[in-house]
Amino acid sequence: MDLRFTAEELAFRDELRAFFRSSLPESIRDKLVANKGLAKDDIVTWQRILNKKGWAVANWPAEWGGTGWTPVQQHMFQEELQMTPAPQPLGFGVTMVGPVMIAFGSDEQKKRFLPRIANLDDWWCQGFSEPGAGSDLASLRTSAKRDGDHYVVNGQKTWTTLAQHADWIFCLVRTDPQAKKQEGISFLLIDMKTPGITVRPIVTIDGGREVNEVFFDDVDVPAENLVGEENKGWDYAKYLLGRERTGIARVGFSKERIRRIKELAAAEIAGDKPLIEDERFREKLAAVEVELKALEMTQLRVVAAERNRVGNKPDPASSILKIKGSEIQQATSELLLEIVGPYAMPYQPEHDEEERWNEPPIGPEWAGPIAPTYFNTRKVSIYGGTNEIQKNIIAKAILGL
Amino acid sequence: MDFDLTEEQRLLKESLDRLIGDRYAFQQRKTYAQSPEGWSRELWAQYAGLGLLGLPFAEQYGGSAGGPVETMIAMEAFGGALALEPFLATVVLGGGFLRHGGTAEQCADLVPKIVDGSLTLAFAQTERHSRYDLADISTVAARDGAAWVLDGEKGVVLHGDTADKLIVTARVGGGRRDRDGVGVFIVDGKAAGVSRRGYPTQDGLRAAEIALAGVRVGPEGVLGEPGEGLPLVERVVGEAIAALCAEAVGAMAAMHELTVEYLKTRRQFGREIGSFQILQHRAVEMLIALEQARSMAMLGTMMASEVNAAERRNALSAAKVQIGRSGRLIGQQAIQLHGGIGMTMEYKVGHYFKRVTMIDSMFGDADFHLRELARRDGSPAAA
Repeated sequence: MDLRFTAEELAFRDELRAFFRSSLPESIRDKLVANKGLAKDDIVTWQRILNKKGWAVANWPAEWGGTGWTPVQQHMFQEELQMTPAPQPLGFGVTMVGPVMIAFGSDEQKKRFLPRIANLDDWWCQGFSEPGAGSDLASLRTSAKRDGDHYVVNGQKTWTTLAQHADWIFCLVRTDPQAKKQEGISFLLIDMKTPGITVRPIVTIDGGREVNEVFFDDVDVPAENLVGEENKGWDYAKYLLGRERTGIARVGFSKERIRRIKELAAAEIAGDKPLIEDERFREKLAAVEVELKALEMTQLRVVAAERNRVGNKPDPASSILKIKGSEIQQATSELLLEIVGPYAMPYQPEHDEEERWNEPPIGPEWAGPIAPTYFNTRKVSIYGGTNEIQKNIIAKAILGL
Repeated sequence: MDFDLTEEQRLLKESLDRLIGDRYAFQQRKTYAQSPEGWSRELWAQYAGLGLLGLPFAEQYGGSAGGPVETMIAMEAFGGALALEPFLATVVLGGGFLRHGGTAEQCADLVPKIVDGSLTLAFAQTERHSRYDLADISTVAARDGAAWVLDGEKGVVLHGDTADKLIVTARVGGGRRDRDGVGVFIVDGKAAGVSRRGYPTQDGLRAAEIALAGVRVGPEGVLGEPGEGLPLVERVVGEAIAALCAEAVGAMAAMHELTVEYLKTRRQFGREIGSFQILQHRAVEMLIALEQARSMAMLGTMMASEVNAAERRNALSAAKVQIGRSGRLIGQQAIQLHGGIGMTMEYKVGHYFKRVTMIDSMFGDADFHLRELARRDGSPAAA
């Protein structure tokens, strides 16, 4: 047992840090530090910088542009990105549909889509959830009927993150309404420009526009856009959901946020001294830091175990990381809210790119996004499988209950 | 970075697990606990035979020069067994003082006897008022020629009732809570002026209240430089905290396993109670707390020998916080999920619960260490 990184690993981390520091546009970093939303261009710009360096799809096999890094290196990449802080490569392409195509897609699909995912020429979004299919995802009803060389898709997806930017959507659709619910589902790639698709924004409680409803009204999809076999889509979805084993805990993100909390709490005077010197505040902060350190160690244990993994079965421990990681993100968002105090109140919708508020800031210049960040962060225990669903998974897969 | 055990460490773990499987069934433990000393001399000899009592010591004294990982393996196994023997008191604490503070003569005299099982030790630190403050000492050591004379009262000395020798902290100068002026002495358990009142602890171990009245200690009983003993105490207590964290993980893992097993076998309303989602989620919350605790016990283990004292202290405090919190959650839920049977003395789970509760109150509970971290602005050190 040795918790130290090797000299080579530390040198690699330095290389990551140096590159991120020198290559990330300052304006993008500033937005992330201040909890402000990123524009589409910010994310595209950064992913292209990474792609030029050969790091945009680090987790893919080398033949499709992957780096061949060890699990520790992959972990460091995520961690350093989050701590910089820098945007992560767009997950819907890089960690979701890309790996599914690599594992189950046709050669044509791989050649056509993968390089464009790496360079973010195509922005992908995820069409899984439906109004009637949330935690019970397999009950989804959006239908795809085969008609000659194409499918006709009808139905509705929801909570579709950043669909407003998307060129393509990967969807779970029902192709066999007679089969048992998990067995009649297929995995379909749909061009967002196809006639019959309507995207409608859902404004979340923070005032932000991240998620959307996507409606499909007799949408024609070429049959060649089916991934793998018809009615095997549920297996591919499970593969996708189990893929992201590390990075899901967002340890680096929370470390960076704690750095920010300390910086703000040191400058904020409460009574006759900085808030950071308030005993109760410090203890709450220390408690979160202990949890985060424990999570980091747990994550490193999962990373180290990757070496010994056989096959591609999802590691149920990643569910632990997700639960704890989301709880910590929520706890840090509460500490930020405590720091800002009464200036949590003014509604300053700079969070929303499209309705940018051009008034001078009210109160401290950093106050605007704090309350919205707290409101928005409630989502992290809901998306990607609610924490309750994660507990169901652990109860079944690890405890055998 | 790896979390794997070496081949030798794996063998150590296997032989320990075997011994405990053979000799530490719940009923056997009860027999040991009811013996006059409250633990098994016979098993102690077997530990010596397996080399367990020599794990952390240099080879020249008969030890096997193991590190914190070996101690962690042993303590985790003892935690799972609810072992009663004075391993922590003798090998980790007493042995720690000799390893870090003993002269070559002191080590040559005492360590081989620890290793062969013929010498047990105990650490007499706590006083009625001191709670968890290691510097809060009012026992006095006064110089008398080449010797020292100790007067004072020590409490809750783990295995202090049977220990052959006591490691005693005493003031040679300074005020009651000063960092300076602390001396560390080796006192024979049967020395004139030592009176001990032994008693069982809540978790089935043994401890003693010890009064020292004009106890003479010769120069051979002085550990380190009198007056500058606190860093030595902190170093050794740090190792003890890491060891306790590992022991707690062993106990928590056993509680969790017992509970999950119970959920799978206990039937109510015509079905296994483990089929109820609310109980499943509770069991998962216990698992998360266990894995977080295991992670921090590992961190504590690796940081126990860190030379940077501030980083070492912060990591060990963070580990103790996590262990205390996880232990409380897992212990309370283990009892709750067992229902009435969990409340009974004749069932094992309650004994684990009591042990982890007592571990929290040794060398600083979760809130104490949290306050320490907050006071020091101690971010748990980076790995």
